[in-house]
Formats: sequence, C-alpha cells, structure tokens
Amino acid sequence: MKHLAFATGVFVSAAGIAAAETPELVVYTYDSFVSEWGPGPQIEAAFEEVCGCDLKFVAAGDGAGLLSRLRLEGARTEADIVLGLDTNLTAAAKETGLFAPHSVSAEYSLPVDWADDFFVPYDWGYFAFVHQAEFDAPVSFKALAGSDARILIQDPRSSTPGLGLLMWVKAAYGEEAPAIWEGLADNIVTVTKGWSEAYGLFLEGEADMVLSYTTSLAYHMIAEDDHGKKAALFEEGHYLQVEVAGKLAGSDVPELADSFLEFMVTDAFQSVIPTTNWMYPAVTPEAGLPEGFESLVQPEKALLLSADEAAEIRAEALEEWRAALSQ
Amino acid sequence: MARRAVAISKATSAVTAALVLLLVLVPIGAVSLRAGWPEALVVADWAALKFTILQAVLSALFSAALAVPVARALARRQFYGRGALVLLMGAPFILPVIVAVMGLLAVFGQGGFLNEGLSALGLPRVQIYGLHGVVLAHVFFNLPLATRLLLQGWESIPQERFRLAASLGMGPREVMRRLELPMLKERLPAVLLVVFLICLSSFAVALTLGGGPAATTLELAIYQAFHLEFDLGRAALLALVQLALVLGVGLIALQLGRVAGFGAGRGAVRQRWDAGARWLRVQDGLVLGLAVLFIMLPLVMVAVRGAGQVLSLPASAWSAALASVIIALCSTVLCIAAALALASAQGRAAEVIGLLGLAISPLVLGTGLFLLINPYASPQALALPITMLVNALMALPFALRIIAPEYARAEADFGQLADALGLRGLARMRRMIWPQIRASLGFAAGLAAALSMGDLGVIALFADGETATLPLQVYRLMGAYRMEAAAGAALLLVMLSFGLFAVFDWGGRRGADA
Repeated sequence: MKHLAFATGVFVSAAGIAAAETPELVVYTYDSFVSEWGPGPQIEAAFEEVCGCDLKFVAAGDGAGLLSRLRLEGARTEADIVLGLDTNLTAAAKETGLFAPHSVSAEYSLPVDWADDFFVPYDWGYFAFVHQAEFDAPVSFKALAGSDARILIQDPRSSTPGLGLLMWVKAAYGEEAPAIWEGLADNIVTVTKGWSEAYGLFLEGEADMVLSYTTSLAYHMIAEDDHGKKAALFEEGHYLQVEVAGKLAGSDVPELADSFLEFMVTDAFQSVIPTTNWMYPAVTPEAGLPEGFESLVQPEKALLLSADEAAEIRAEALEEWRAALSQ
Repeated sequence: MARRAVAISKATSAVTAALVLLLVLVPIGAVSLRAGWPEALVVADWAALKFTILQAVLSALFSAALAVPVARALARRQFYGRGALVLLMGAPFILPVIVAVMGLLAVFGQGGFLNEGLSALGLPRVQIYGLHGVVLAHVFFNLPLATRLLLQGWESIPQERFRLAASLGMGPREVMRRLELPMLKERLPAVLLVVFLICLSSFAVALTLGGGPAATTLELAIYQAFHLEFDLGRAALLALVQLALVLGVGLIALQLGRVAGFGAGRGAVRQRWDAGARWLRVQDGLVLGLAVLFIMLPLVMVAVRGAGQVLSLPASAWSAALASVIIALCSTVLCIAAALALASAQGRAAEVIGLLGLAISPLVLGTGLFLLINPYASPQALALPITMLVNALMALPFALRIIAPEYARAEADFGQLADALGLRGLARMRRMIWPQIRASLGFAAGLAAALSMGDLGVIALFADGETATLPLQVYRLMGAYRMEAAAGAALLLVMLSFGLFAVFDWGGRRGADA
C-alpha cells in the first residue's frame, strides 16, 4: 500500500495520500450533538487520539430524522455508526436490517436493566416538566389536569420528547391514557414542532411549565448559574429517554466501528456527556458527576417501555392523543 | 398579444417550463415508486385537509382586505420616508418563521405588550394560540406582500387617468369606482391566490401557534408520514393532494384575473387630485400608522433581543451566514432567469407551471431528489447545489407573479413599436422589456434572495456536520440551550435577508424612477 501511495504520489496531492491512508469512521448523529457546544468536538478529539483514524460526524436533524435518512440511503449509506436513536425508535431501526449486533458490555448506571444486542446506550435522562421555582407545580398528571397550570409540549409526530411524553402517559396510565389527555387538553398552551421552540417559548414566559428533562436544570445551574428553575416531580414516576448508538452491518471499517462503541462507554466519552449533552452518562465516570447534578430531583420510579412495546402501541397512542386534543 | 413570442424565443420558455415540471413531478414519482401505491386518506388526513383550506382562506381574505386600504393610502400619499416604508413592507415576508413567531409572541403572547397593556387596564388577557393566532401570524407575513402587489397595481394606473379624472371633477369615490376598482378586480384574485397558496403549505406557524393537533396542516401530515412512520406512500399521496389543491385553485384564480388593460403611462410618481381632503389625510395617516405598528413592533422586538449578541456570535454562525448568502445569490439568478423565460411565454400554462413551486411540499421534493441521487452519488456532496435549485423553485411562483403582469404590460404597450423597429431576442429584452420591468425585477430578485436566505428547506435533509446555512445554525443554537446566541444569529439572518432584499429592490426601483 505504501509503495503504491509513493508511486502515485507523483500525481496526486499530499493531502490526497494522507486521506487515503487514514481510515475514516462516519458517525450519523443529531444536530445538537455536533454543534460546538455539544459533545461532538471533544469526543472527536478524544477518539482520534487513540484510533489513528478520522472521525467524521454527519448531522441529520433529530433522532427520527436520523432514522429517516438512514432508511432513504439504505444499504448505500456511508454511515458506520448511527448515534442518537432512543428506545422509541430502535425497534424500527432494527427492522431495517441495516444494523449489526455489538459485543460491548459495561456497568451501566441506568435506573433500569439494560440488554440489547444491537444498540449500546451512551446517555439517558428523565422527562420532566420544568418550571420557575416560584410556581407551585402539580405533583401528578391527574393533579395537572385538574389544575389551571399552562404547559407547553412538543408534537409527538415531529419531536422525540413529544413522543416520550406520549409513552410516559401510556406507560403510567395504559387504558386510562385517553382520559388523561382529555383532562390535559385545556392546560396545553400549544404544541410545538420540536424541543427548541417549546423551551424558547417557556423562557419567554409563555407558559408555567414545559416538557423537558430533569437535567435541563443542570444546564441552568452550571452554565448560567441560574438556580431559579425546578423540575416537577410526578408521583406516577418519570419516563426515561435512553439514547443509543449502533453499528451498521455494511460498514467498511467494522473493527473501527466496534472500537468506537467500546470507546463510547469509557470515561473519555462519558465524562464529556453531562455538561455538553446535558444528560446523565450511561456509565458514571470514575470522577463522578459534575457538581450540580447531585441536586437534581430523583424520581422514585423510572418508567420505560421496551423497544418492542413502544413500537407496538405507538400508532394507537398517537391516535388517542390526536383525538383527545382535537376536540 | 399577437406578437408576444418574439421577445425571447419560444424554445427558451418551453424548455424552462419543462424543466420546472420535471423538477416537481419526478421527485414525487420517485417517492411513490419507492413506496408503491398508497392506501386511501384516513380520517386525520381529511381533518388536516379541511383545516389547511380553512386557515388559508381566512388568511388570504384578511391579508387582502387589509392590504387594500394600506396600499391605497401608500399610493396616494407622498411623504418623507415613503420609500423606506415601502422597502420595510418587504421585511416580515422574508423573516424566517421561527424568528417571526418569537417577535409576534413578544407583542401578542402571554407576556407580550398587548396582554401587559390589557391587564394594566384591568381587562382580561387574550390568548394568541388557536386558529386566530395562525391567521394573525399569516396576516403579519402576508399583509406587506399583498400591499406591495396591490401598490404595483396602483402604480400601473397611468398618471393621465388621474389627471383626466380630476379635470372631469371626480371625487375620491368616483376615482375608486372608475379607476381603482377595475384595477383591484384585476389584481385581487392574484393577491388572494398568492397568499392562499403560501398559507396552504404552512407548517411551523400552524404548528407553533395552532395550539394542538386540531391545527394540523397537510404539510404537517406529510411530515408525520415521512418522519415518524416513514410511510413514503402516504407522504406522496398527501403531496399529490396538496398539488391538486394548489393547481385547481390556481387555475380558477388565473381564469378570474385578466391581463392588464391599461394604456401606456410614463412611469412617473403619481400626483393625485382626489385625495386632498383633510379627513382623507387623517384616514390614510391612521391606516398607515396602524400598519406600521403591526409590522414593525415584532421586528423591533427581534432586533432588541438579538442586538447585544450579534458581535459575539461564534465563527460557525459567520461561515453559515456566508454559505447562506452564496446560496441565496445563486438561487436568485436561477429563479429570475426561469421567471423571465416563463413570463415571456405570456401564457396560462406557463403561469400554472410557475405555481408548482408553491404546490410541492419541500419535504417530498427533497426526499424525492435524495432517492434519485442516492444510487449514483452521495446526496451530501450535492447539498448546496440542491438547496440552490430547490430554493429557486420555491421562490419562482412569487417572482413570476410579480414579473409576468409587468412583462405583459410592457409587451402590450410597446410591443408593436418594438416590432416595427425590428427589435428581437436579447436586443428587445435590453431595450424594451428591461427598462419597463426593472422595478418588478428588482422586487422579485429581492424576494427570491431573501426567501432563500431564510429557508430551512431541504438543507436539513442533505446537510452533513460541516455545511450549515444560517437558519439551520439558529436551530442548532436553540437546540443547545443557546437562546441568546440564537436570537443574535436570528437578527444577523434578518439583517442579511433584508440587506439582500433592500439592495435588489432599491436597485430596481432607483433605475425605474430615473
């Protein structure tokens, strides 16, 4: 290979040779992961130090957008790793047949047992309604429905937190979910396309509470030194979002992809997560969580539907949601 | 109309029309082929269809009805800063949706001026979320556009007519009946059509201000089918419904709107003899004052929120800004070239084809192109050219609606003279058409550039980690809790969009006034 490179070096530029020699690992992920404040840049630097490769992040919208992109590209995709799906999407992702099983094992700090042959978790968080400290927040969905609190939520058809809320209500109430949604209908100020819009509206004072994560408060405390916000603790328990990555079966650098997944559950990756992605790391780093995380509210009960359950009930739950809120 | 086709060869416009048609239909075809023939519409789709039409009809009616007094007041008043005001009228339309919604909420939202004022007076607060909120936002976006389109109508009434009316002793009412109403009858269908069509594909406004799933538009249903269910068949079917809706309404409206029948004018600033009465001055002043307040307040709020942040924006925002400007300029050239070619055909078919840009869901268009390119090349590598092409296509309906009537008027007024002089092809374009339509060309180019600047469009589907446009960067900043930086980037986006718009618009009008 080296000789060939040398021989052709007469004709091609030096940069071209360097590119040909360094293997490239392409990771598809969501937008906020690669932004300069997201985990992307630090993780890229850390992995490139040990892998002797070029790690290339490709941003493709949000979690659902990632999956759509992958389905459009099919087997021709350049992705070696897809990072940023959650358990509401993994069943559909597995169904594409594009993913390969992994062999990563780690001491996960998830509040639920984790076993998945295809996907490795890298972070997680509890969904929660965030409010200003002075607001007297309800303590359950039923109390919320009975109160006149005004809330902002995301559309489950276009947003992963929105879909998470749908699953939260379904996991907590099952058959009773439509009644809960009917009760919530007059509390909902509006339903936004994505998390950003809803959170932006909340910060502008458009509502009392917004659907986000308990870890959102960590951002306000650590990055902004703002202690004036709280997350409402709900008696039903809180639904989890577990974010995962998987390896593509058609990857042209399968060993490199495996080593990235292994790297993902080490400290070098995990210690970047809390203050860039503002979620709990899937494996608590040796140095522990950053200061501020210990003061976040701890739900007593963690709710999570399995990937298959989530896929199974989604259409029905969505129709219940739509019907209840369309009246 | 007899010698219309000599301006630019028939072939040019036919080729352009064919290209536009292909660009719209082939991607839908690609999506349907991939998916197989979809099943019928479900209950939720019908509800979406109904809501889509309802909000678009209301938005069009309110925008057009309110634009008449505003355009009338602008047309018959000369005052200091009028030019700047006309220019500013372009601003809301070119605002990125998310920025405009934030600005509107600062005025009409729960904590906005209006509610603060109401509660200070002890009155109940008003709720912006719901159908009325969607319509309000659409009027905010489209009232200025409707006003500009109608103002052109007023300017197309020759000065001599007003002089004649004055010498015949006609009052404002008579002038309205004899001169203005015929013009409105001719122009209003086009204005209603444009606003209706713009609102048909509304997505983020309807979603954010609609208050819930009752406010689901077709575009959102398409998004759901694609994004959540990956049901390409249903996405394609819904896209076809949208296409049929737009083309059906477009055909009807074009049938109603006859081509300009006014005689040749001198293009001079209008002097009016019928509007001197004090109460008319007060009335016009009031109308303009309210319109300015309605349009400017949200814009001012956007500026105030972002002002402190623009200079401290991260480097990535500036490189995204550069990419956006380059895309905008390229797509403007494409768009104006296509609009001129289609306008020169002066036919119904060309106009309908020009409408396609509004009729097609950007998501389906992007997906179709993606599927077409994917087997042969990496779609990411083509992200920027594709974005340019799609943005040009999306702006084409506006450019065409602005240029086509002026082109027709120029041909009707000076076509025979040009024929007699043997002016053809490019010479005819340069000597005869160009000076006559320069102002509308400038306006159209300004709109195309600004729309392209503000469009989130297909880049999100094609983008990789490195290439980003400024609107995408605004979303990314918001997604990273950087709301202040996002406000700064949004302001930068507004300034660049508006700057491009102003340069083109001013350039066009200055040349025309001279």
